Amino acid sequence: MLNYDLVIIGGGPAGMAAAVSAKDSGIDSILILERDDKLGGILNQCIHNGFGLHHFKEELTGPEYAQRYIDMVKERGIEYRLDCMVLEISPERLITATNKKDGIFQVQAGAIVLAMGCRERTRGSLNIPGYRPAGIYTAGTAQKLVNIDGLMPGKRIVVLGSGDVGLIMARRMTLEGAEVLAVAEIMPKSGGLQRNIVQCLNDFGIPLLLSTTVVDIQGKERVEGVTLAKVDEKLKPIPGTETHYDCDCLLLSTGLIPENELTRNMGAEIDRKTRGPVVTKEFETTIPGVFAAGNVVSVHGLVDDVSKEALIAGKAAAEYIKARA
Amino acid sequence: MYDVIIIGAGVSGCAAARYLSAYDAKVLVLERAEDVCCGTSKANSAIVHAGFDAVPGSLMAKYNVEGSLMMEALSRELDIPYKRCGSLVVRTESDPREGLEELLERGRKNGVEGLEIIGRERLREMEPNISDDAAEALWAPTGAIICPFELTIALAENAAVNGAEFRFDTEVTGLEPFKTADGDGWLVKTDKGDFEALTVINAAGVYADKFHNMVSEKKLHITPRRGDYYLLDREVGDFVSHTIFQLPDDMGKGVLVSQTVHGNIIVGPTAFNIEDKEGVNTTAEGLAAINQKAGKCVKNIPLNQTITSFAGLRAQEDGKDFVIGEPDDAPGFYDCAGIASPGLSSAPAIGKALAEMIAGKLDLKKNPDFWPIRHGILKPSDLDLEQRTELIKKDSSYGQIICRCESITEGEIIDAITRPLGAKSLDGVKRRTRAGMGRCQAGFCSPKVMEILARELKVPMSEITKSGGGSKLILENLKDGLSEESEGLKAIAKWAADREKAEAAGKEAENA
Ligand SMILES: Cc1cc2nc3c(=O)[nH]c(=O)nc-3n(C[C@H](O)[C@H](O)[C@H](O)COP(=O)(O)OP(=O)(O)OC[C@H]3O[C@@H](n4cnc5c(N)ncnc54)[C@H](O)[C@@H]3O)c2cc1C
Ligand SMILES: Cc1cc2nc3c(=O)[nH]c(=O)nc-3n(C[C@H](O)[C@H](O)[C@H](O)COP(=O)(O)OP(=O)(O)OC[C@H]3O[C@@H](n4cnc5c(N)ncnc54)[C@H](O)[C@@H]3O)c2cc1C
Repeated sequence: MLNYDLVIIGGGPAGMAAAVSAKDSGIDSILILERDDKLGGILNQCIHNGFGLHHFKEELTGPEYAQRYIDMVKERGIEYRLDCMVLEISPERLITATNKKDGIFQVQAGAIVLAMGCRERTRGSLNIPGYRPAGIYTAGTAQKLVNIDGLMPGKRIVVLGSGDVGLIMARRMTLEGAEVLAVAEIMPKSGGLQRNIVQCLNDFGIPLLLSTTVVDIQGKERVEGVTLAKVDEKLKPIPGTETHYDCDCLLLSTGLIPENELTRNMGAEIDRKTRGPVVTKEFETTIPGVFAAGNVVSVHGLVDDVSKEALIAGKAAAEYIKARA
Repeated sequence: MYDVIIIGAGVSGCAAARYLSAYDAKVLVLERAEDVCCGTSKANSAIVHAGFDAVPGSLMAKYNVEGSLMMEALSRELDIPYKRCGSLVVRTESDPREGLEELLERGRKNGVEGLEIIGRERLREMEPNISDDAAEALWAPTGAIICPFELTIALAENAAVNGAEFRFDTEVTGLEPFKTADGDGWLVKTDKGDFEALTVINAAGVYADKFHNMVSEKKLHITPRRGDYYLLDREVGDFVSHTIFQLPDDMGKGVLVSQTVHGNIIVGPTAFNIEDKEGVNTTAEGLAAINQKAGKCVKNIPLNQTITSFAGLRAQEDGKDFVIGEPDDAPGFYDCAGIASPGLSSAPAIGKALAEMIAGKLDLKKNPDFWPIRHGILKPSDLDLEQRTELIKKDSSYGQIICRCESITEGEIIDAITRPLGAKSLDGVKRRTRAGMGRCQAGFCSPKVMEILARELKVPMSEITKSGGGSKLILENLKDGLSEESEGLKAIAKWAADREKAEAAGKEAENA
């Protein structure tokens, strides 16, 4: 069994900032566990710009922002393991993880920072009726396919949801030669940043349809079309307002959910509203010595805010460890 | 020349193939889809019914009770999950009093053991979330749950290793009587050529009437009766611990709430008679009907924890019973038609019965090499830490988690692809391993599973499908444009060369 003062679960911007801040507060024995094959988290697939305006006072792309922190982690000699999935954490802070190289292994941590980020809401949780063909993707999955793997999941696209991820993907797909027919938003107002509505939709002539949702998906093998309809104040579709769109792909950008299976199984209290753990000002969860930061606590629009709170969490974890040394 | 051709690789066809493979017979299964278990067998309640529901004396009653008795031993032979959780039929205050008595009586006539009617108190103890309106319940301790994919796939794999052949993406289009050297047989026409057989089993699900009516004057008529479902997150998996039925009516067994063998909660089905035999789309009306009906016997169902919804089609024959065996006017043609619910529960018994009928007809010998045991996909999550470490040392792919929600490793996915009748698509992997069946519904793992499929099957990633046929996942590979011969790169090279020339010309002009 391994022993570290501080173990950080997740090597995205939150995890890296927490590690850097703990190190700078005098903790040397730190380990970051990351399931992907590189550090950086979701930023690696966000190749657009708009990151870092507050934190670094300049405009960076997602991978550039991530690289700043990767460099800081490396400069400080902080240890990390990649391709490494954390499976379980006991309330006594015994961590079980697995990867190809080390097999399944356990780490006892003096303190923990949870930084697992979030996942996307899916069609299932939205109860969209219709067939279940190929061609329905969450925006984040499509983003990975296009930006990392160079694979186009569709050519004629309808986007459901006008959060920033949906807006960014509408532009991205257009730039890669797809036709984005519409972005439908069930609420009367878009949840995305105004600058994204202008730069991602208006500049490309993509219509934003407010108070509109998908009521049917056609196509038995591959998506062949979707039906959109207006909704009333109770968000119920209004009969007679259906419009059909011929498309081969439906992208869902309908919200992110903090990824808290590990947190819940540990027994930490979860906030029903944010779906993240209940935390103190210092980002300590209801389990002493277990901290949490970034999208795992609540979904953040700006990575700058993620870094900011993770720096606080990392420092608090360091204080916790020092107090017990 | 085959001894038997089976049309359809659902649970019925695969069960028949498996029991036939215990005989020395040449068996061919023809399936129009890309994999086994792509029809009704993939979308149902997954209940092994105890057998109290079917009309005494019917084939449904006979095969259900037999099948349910066979299922546990079969699950051990085939290494598939099976859980005898028991079932409850709940009578609410507003239901007719005699409802449960009738079921109890039927059950006794059908030979179901252990049935009893239990009162409100005991019911509430067994199921704390039972509705306040619940008066009493029929308790059937032999009711069980199973995984319909694993059952069908395991039957098929076991048939295949015992010599049965399977051809996928092969649609049967016609049947003709055929004289052979060995006697009368059938010419089975498909979109991939014709096949000859002494006997045919018609296990084509909702299409079984079509094949029956090609050869027999006594016509069948099958109506697809759609059932919609919700599947809930494992987080609420202990919401109920038995299968809870409503009192049945003319349209079926009502909306049930049950645990699944994988720890989710299933809520459904509805019952809509439709025309389209491909109509497995859920509808707003269908989903609304579940919302409206599900709460009758169980209160506060956490439907907000839904991770997916789906629908399946019951093959409802007008005679309201299974149609099994040779019609008088079509010797050598064996129906396995009208296999509506409880078809899953009955499958082992039906498969065995059909195999015995054909063995009798063709005077088949036992297959001396028949091996009834199948080993399922090795699941590291079933092992303790030490065993798991040993496994990863031997094969490091078991150390890499691909599906985060269900904790499925790369090793399991490779096994699913490379074993007999292995997976060829995302759904094929999903049904064999559960990768992509969890709460994120493949958002996270699908690109990774596509990569593994492409690597193992040695095809480009852009050719991987969701479920075969036209279900392509990727419509264009952006990197294709980056090969040396690509038009795009040639154009850029030309542009750069032109520019260099122009610049050089400009400089020359300046110098001059
Ligand atoms: C499409 C998109 C566009 C965005 N655009 C902008 C923008 O323009 N400007 C901006 O400022 N912000 C933007 N953001 C927000 C910003 O990217 C996020 O807020 C930030 O990345 C969150 O950081 P995090 O570290 O909390 O989570 P993540 O970046 O998600 O990192 C979490 C890490 O934890 C790992 N992990 C999770 N579970 C485990 C486990 N069990 N074991 C091991 N590792 C695990 C994951 O692999 C991941 O690397 C965008 C986000 C998205 C999704
Ligand atoms: C809503 C619902 C709930 C149910 N719940 C239960 C339950 O809880 N317990 C239970 O015991 N039973 C249940 N059932 C019934 C059970 O699912 C079915 O009886 C069983 O799956 C039928 O299997 P099958 O092999 O006969 O048909 P299918 O699984 O439909 O297989 C038929 C196969 O034939 C193939 N095929 C069709 N035409 C051709 C052709 N021309 N050429 C080649 N191949 C062809 C199809 O592609 C398909 O793979 C339920 C059914 C439904 C719909």
